[in-house]
Amino acid sequence: MNKPHAIIIGGGFTGVATAHDLALRGFEVTLLERGDICHGTSGRTHGLLHSGGRYAVKDKESAIECIDENMILRKIVPDVLEQNGGLFIALNDSDLAYADDFEISCEACHISVERLTAEQALRLEPNLNPKLLMAFTVPDGTFDPLRLALAFAATAKSNGAKIMTFTEVTGLIVNGQAQVIGVKYMDRCTNKEYELRGDMVINATGAWAGEIAVMAGANVPVKPTPGVMVAFDRRLTQRVINRLNIPGDGDIVVPQRRMNVVGTTSFEVEDPDYVPITDDQIQAMVNRGSEMIPGLRSAKLRGSYMASRPLIGAGMGRSTARTFKCFDHKETDGVDGLVTITGGKATTLRVMAEKTADVVCEKLGINCPCITKEIPLLSYRQYYNNGIKEHV
Amino acid sequence: MSSEKWNVTFEVYRQVPGEKPHFDEFKLEVNPDEYVLDGIERIWAFWDRTLCFRHACHHSTCGACGMRVNGIEKLSCITLIRDVTHDGGKMRVEPLRNFPVVRDLAVDMGNFYLQMDAVHHRPVLPVSEASIEKPEETWSPEYDQYTRLSDCIECGLCISACPISGTDPNYLGPAVLAGAQQSGLSRSPQVMGLVDSENGLWRCHSVYECTAVCPSFVDPARRIMDLRKMVLVERVRRLFNRPTRTELRIEETRK
Repeated sequence: MNKPHAIIIGGGFTGVATAHDLALRGFEVTLLERGDICHGTSGRTHGLLHSGGRYAVKDKESAIECIDENMILRKIVPDVLEQNGGLFIALNDSDLAYADDFEISCEACHISVERLTAEQALRLEPNLNPKLLMAFTVPDGTFDPLRLALAFAATAKSNGAKIMTFTEVTGLIVNGQAQVIGVKYMDRCTNKEYELRGDMVINATGAWAGEIAVMAGANVPVKPTPGVMVAFDRRLTQRVINRLNIPGDGDIVVPQRRMNVVGTTSFEVEDPDYVPITDDQIQAMVNRGSEMIPGLRSAKLRGSYMASRPLIGAGMGRSTARTFKCFDHKETDGVDGLVTITGGKATTLRVMAEKTADVVCEKLGINCPCITKEIPLLSYRQYYNNGIKEHV
Repeated sequence: MSSEKWNVTFEVYRQVPGEKPHFDEFKLEVNPDEYVLDGIERIWAFWDRTLCFRHACHHSTCGACGMRVNGIEKLSCITLIRDVTHDGGKMRVEPLRNFPVVRDLAVDMGNFYLQMDAVHHRPVLPVSEASIEKPEETWSPEYDQYTRLSDCIECGLCISACPISGTDPNYLGPAVLAGAQQSGLSRSPQVMGLVDSENGLWRCHSVYECTAVCPSFVDPARRIMDLRKMVLVERVRRLFNRPTRTELRIEETRK
């Protein structure tokens, strides 16, 4: 019997992780990405390997997903992670009032936290605001966005997946029974159009998921919700520093290589292709970040950038659950052969792929369990084993 | 960021594989405190969807967006427009040299990445081995449980800027040799053979272009000089039949 052919649209985190998962389950996999790997939202994440602490109080489902996946990624892809830990710090009475709730919620989500006095926290991270009142340690980490995706892509490729970058999907091929049976795409290096047939098309285009689904007359309730991030040219902390309070703007500082990156904001846009950054957003990040780490105020700006999260359900901003959803468009729109995976966050890329592959297998009547929890990924550098550009 | 507006002409290198390269001009209204990559991305988003370029993190950690801006290797995501042109000015953007062009500004980093693997350059290090300004007074053995991503972001700017890489594609190039210096010669017996070869570290002419363009302060030129010393020590040990560091290390692990 021929292998079932899965076509994945999108070479961000969910796309490459789904390619890896389906390749292991014996699928023939073709992934199409219009830019290079991580050219959209995935490349521009904050780089925070979430402990789940941020979501523990209000969104336990996301928090548990985060801590579970955090521990799995440490095992399967350690060469793209800084296992540097994190702190949640309290600076005022409102933060202090949140502390008990935070501690209980983290325990309920099996996130291991340790309560520190101000002195203990300052001994670990002397550049924190000396006025801090107390802190918790959490198992946060930092990842390199591009290399995290490349490690999944490299392993998928070694298991036979074909990854085609600079390849833009221009349409979905729908037959008379409202079933998606393939894609039309343009090779952006040669400007030539082609068609590709498959047994299942997986729309893993994140904030752009609505634009792909509509090509088959389907709908995805995803809202591009950008946030700004500001990088400083000094690394003032070893650990990730979070504000101990209800999630808000500019309350996470992620150290990466020799930098500290402050983020983020949350607002909605229609078109995520290009979202400009305004001065007041940068200033807000400088102000919020330097509340926690005063030295940031005198650090030089190294870069600022905007990433469009794919949030499911419009108009809710930060109150929207940060978990993910896999849509079988047969159920939602009566369109067969098309599955959309969106929402979620970088930390949960592996489980998003697992659930998507489960849906794909179920739809095709294939009984094959997920094994990605156990498989160490190849070095991200092996992605380039056959050069950057593959041709059909 | 100021609210200033500049009119800048981007002269962008265009090349479809197998065809002759040319430059396309795009006149953009920009804020001078935006980055060169912001302009390139806007050209793609609003002017010309066929433009190919690589980019991911937009804050100098991934190394994907290296380009030559007015002839100098830059990480386009952290290069302010203000620093490379003026109001009414032009800015020429070209792909990195000494890498195959995929299309337009996108180059193929494949061989380079695999060479970084061949010299056993470590993408993450224990914090105690990372060259980072660290709060010494708080330094304690517990830090050894933590790891840190390496400073080299494998952007290829140094290889593009290196005149030796420009004359001989077989030369390993600055990043790879610096990678070998960072990891040491003892990780694998093959590393010594690779770097102490006709395509290795003796080809360097100490031009220091690599160090000048490195956006991550890796200082490849100094590391190449240091690697030469390491190789000479190793050679002398072999001359006197003393165990090499590789052999000592293997012995150490056997104990």
